[in-house]
Amino acid sequence: MCTLEKHGNVFILTLTGSSDLDEHRLSPPVIDSILSALSQAKAQATPGSILVTTSHGKFFSNGFDLAWAQAAGSRTGARERLHQMVEDFKPVVAAMIALPMPTVAAINGHAAAAGFTLALSHDYVLMRRDKGVLYMSEIGSASVRRDILLRAKKIKGEEAVKMGIVDSAHDSVEQVAEASMRLGKQLASRKWGGEVYAEIRKSLYPELCGVLGLAQKVVFGQF
Amino acid sequence: MCTLEKRGSLYILTLTGPGEHRLNPTLIDAIQSALRRVKAEPTTSSSALITTAQGKFFSNGFDLAWAQSIQSNLLLMSQKSQSLIHDLITLPMPTIAAISGHVSAAGVFLALSHDYVLMRKDRGFLYMSELDIGMTIPAVYIALLESKIGEPMARRQMLLRAAKLTAKEAVERGVIDAAYDSVDETIRAAVELGEELVKRKWDGHVYAQNRMVILREVLDKLEFDETGGGITNTKSKL
Repeated sequence: MCTLEKHGNVFILTLTGSSDLDEHRLSPPVIDSILSALSQAKAQATPGSILVTTSHGKFFSNGFDLAWAQAAGSRTGARERLHQMVEDFKPVVAAMIALPMPTVAAINGHAAAAGFTLALSHDYVLMRRDKGVLYMSEIGSASVRRDILLRAKKIKGEEAVKMGIVDSAHDSVEQVAEASMRLGKQLASRKWGGEVYAEIRKSLYPELCGVLGLAQKVVFGQF
Repeated sequence: MCTLEKRGSLYILTLTGPGEHRLNPTLIDAIQSALRRVKAEPTTSSSALITTAQGKFFSNGFDLAWAQSIQSNLLLMSQKSQSLIHDLITLPMPTIAAISGHVSAAGVFLALSHDYVLMRKDRGFLYMSELDIGMTIPAVYIALLESKIGEPMARRQMLLRAAKLTAKEAVERGVIDAAYDSVDETIRAAVELGEELVKRKWDGHVYAQNRMVILREVLDKLEFDETGGGITNTKSKL
């Protein structure tokens, strides 16, 4: 599942698990729980709020719960369950893009497939330099992500920075956490209005908004 | 407001005076008038346009004091600004912005509407201030940003972090083409670049058509009153 804590201005969304080896798979209940946490953060947002998403252990998230999909017992059943998770996940991405506050993903470990997508839905992505890879095996739209998507490349911290996927790479998981909180506080101190932040973010991804059915609106500030 | 000078084959458009060169309807009208004079000149030889400014600011964006949160004023300014962007994108010659000082918000979009952007590095920031001011950005400006700045992270940093970039940082992030030690150096480089481009003797109208193909996403999103600037078609004909 996941938990949502608030430390001052900072909302911390943690994907929880049973052990350090928990893959934090995105099953329907976990996806629901994330959506619920994001709703809560949105409802409690004030200027200067920020969200940091993280997890613990070897994995940030290894993607959808494929074991659950296969437990359907048949190929069609498995496909339907996978399709359900894909559809269930779209509102999560939509909620992230529309969240009225800056968002930081503190990647503690491997982030694969939908886990990678979850990370990329954040404004800033920080990860470890030494351990952990970003990995996506699905074929998707090309551009700079050609190496990830068409070569199913496993990308480590430094390379991810060079490729412009991740903002920074750090020497240990503690440093990732520290750097994420520091970045979070810096962003929080600008006290941006959440609504205009979300609208400017949405305007950066017009096609994504189209796909997700996200409306955009105009905000005239106070000046 | 602004002056237009001819130096050999080069047109130099200067936003005059020591102020912030805020883009209000009056200044935009003056600039568009100058651009119309440039277009009207007989094109027996190829030319290039250099846009620059006097004083501490290149342009500090929209004249928000004039707009004063009155929605119709803001819309008018946005429409006029889009009309100006249209004029620059369709101008039948290469265009160079020589950023002579601080440039922010709509001023950045004005600069980015030029084919080449040079900036002084000894002073001045390039700053997308919209997030700090609390204003959203119409889709056409985002399209302009996307067509000029390749890295998604660079675009995100400008818009979602409201970063104040030095000229050096702006070059590093691919926002502008080059930075120079002083405003005189910047203008000298702009003139040199302009002359180099003019030497190629390109047909200005072919040049403009090519540019419009590259920037068709921007042209498609332009929304302004057709009757306002004497432009008969807001959509790209391509």
